[in-house]
Amino acid sequence: MEVLIESIKKVALLIPVPLFETLYMVLASTLFSVILGLPLGIITAISEEGHIWERRGLNRILNGLVNITRSFPFIILMIAVFPLTKLIVGKRIGTTAAIVPLTIAAIPFVARLVETAIKEISPGIIEAALSMGADIKQIIFRVLIPEALPSIASGITLTIINLIGYSAMAGAIGGGGLGNLAIRYGYQGFQEDVMIGTVIVLILMVQIIQSIGSRIYNKLVK
Amino acid sequence: MIKIEGLYKTFWGNEGDVEALKNINLRIEKGDIFGIMGLSGAGKSTLIRCINRLEEPTKGRIYIDGKDITKLDKNELRDMRRNIGMIFQHFNLLSRKNCRENIAFPLKIMKYDKNKIEKRVDELLEIVDLKDKKTAYPSQLSGGQKQRVAIARALATNPKILLCDEATSALDPNTTLSILELLKNINKKLGITIVMITHQMEVIKQVCNKVAVISDGSIIEEGNTYEVFSKPSHKVTKSFIQDVSLNLDKSYMDNPDNTTIIRITFLDEKAKEPLIYKTIKKFDIEINILSGKMSSIQERTYGNLVVGLRGDEKKVEEAIDYLKNQGIIVEELKLNGSIN
Ligand SMILES: Nc1ncnc2c1ncn2[C@@H]1O[C@H](COP(=O)(O)OP(=O)(O)O)[C@@H](O)[C@H]1O
Ligand SMILES: [Mg+2]
Repeated sequence: MEVLIESIKKVALLIPVPLFETLYMVLASTLFSVILGLPLGIITAISEEGHIWERRGLNRILNGLVNITRSFPFIILMIAVFPLTKLIVGKRIGTTAAIVPLTIAAIPFVARLVETAIKEISPGIIEAALSMGADIKQIIFRVLIPEALPSIASGITLTIINLIGYSAMAGAIGGGGLGNLAIRYGYQGFQEDVMIGTVIVLILMVQIIQSIGSRIYNKLVK
Repeated sequence: MIKIEGLYKTFWGNEGDVEALKNINLRIEKGDIFGIMGLSGAGKSTLIRCINRLEEPTKGRIYIDGKDITKLDKNELRDMRRNIGMIFQHFNLLSRKNCRENIAFPLKIMKYDKNKIEKRVDELLEIVDLKDKKTAYPSQLSGGQKQRVAIARALATNPKILLCDEATSALDPNTTLSILELLKNINKKLGITIVMITHQMEVIKQVCNKVAVISDGSIIEEGNTYEVFSKPSHKVTKSFIQDVSLNLDKSYMDNPDNTTIIRITFLDEKAKEPLIYKTIKKFDIEINILSGKMSSIQERTYGNLVVGLRGDEKKVEEAIDYLKNQGIIVEELKLNGSIN
């Protein structure tokens, strides 16, 4: 019993900083990937054949880009973008530096989910807007985004959860965060209690994000 | 007024080309409720969608109030569309906007100011009789209510023309009637020209003053609704009319006792005369009613009867001649045992 309490105390002291680092990495990269992935997804969807802004060449290029980025294993992507990370952040590893590869990994994911959400909208609804004389900008902002919002929200929830996993990998090569903690204490330092504590915190985090995400989704669906 | 001249539409596809419209010529007058009827795949939707250029015509001209709309550029096209409302089979409402917001949508697009929008939405809710559903979302409405919202939305910008693409095909018969009543009222009160496509003849009979029948991309019959339906000349039109007004059982035709079978169509006041009785008395033959129905088109009556005639061969022939001279339409389905 005493051993357990000791362990909990130790973990409780160790957790806050890495937890904060993880949240910082995940939320910042979610924000940036949505800012960049949302327009990318919209343009990919509407440039498709038969949609409101058909641009076949552009559509092929965007699809190719998304597929290529998505097929990179994260670890390799992270190393591959070192030069870019250095350019943007000034260094190649660290918590802030990890945001760059995390964002790049999440952009195509967000773009794909936004594209799918937009393509799920019934063509009839878009047609009705066209029949009222709406232009492309009005259709994007007043029809496509609002109608796709619930699906986009649940997609973003999934993105955040995926990014938690990726951020742990980033932690493994010096990104800090919970991944780093688990590896340093749990794997290298043979402190199983820290390892277990980290896993519990991660599970709780995913649960909380998932339930917030579901609640938002239900609020959005009418 | 809408005038369509030499309209063609071809879809070029990987599995071959589809000539959806072939040389369509139509004239729709201001204030008409113009029905376009045809079977599924006949080209109805393609035709109505050419009128607001949701579909680009391959060839031909479409004039609306004298202006050739096939020549409009993008901006002119958007302005033109704001003068033409459209409703659809599946309503196509924005699922995340309530009734008020859905109806306000076309007004927001036209950048009306807020107070004006609010006022107009209330007027429209009154017209479609949905004031109590102002804040309801589409998922909380019945099919008929959704179509009412769609109608209000289509009317928001005071269009001169309303296009209806199978607007009642997803509704049950009673709801269909109430929507048709509403459309009729709108046409009468607001003087809006309505173009309505449907595969349901009942819909045309209820509300359209004129009808065109389309088959395989061509108009095969056109005119005053009453004329077209009471004296259909094309076999597709006939099949429509027989389909709803008479189901002639095959067993009647095959029964050797029914040596002669004719279809009689009565129009207007003829429908009220006791012609069958008179014929029986005059020629001393048996007339056996196999099937029949009285209907009304545009508040005019017409009757459709299928009867079997039995008796002396010569008398039967005379009786048929007599009926033909009474100003009714007689069609011989089976004569002396041989089916026509
Ligand atoms: N976008 C399209 N691409 C290819 N073929 C089409 C397209 N739209 C309609 N068609 C074809 O054109 C014909 C007429 O279709 P449509 O106008 O929808 O008929 P209706 O509304 O009378 O059922 C059909 O053969 C249909 O398959
Ligand atoms: Mg159709």
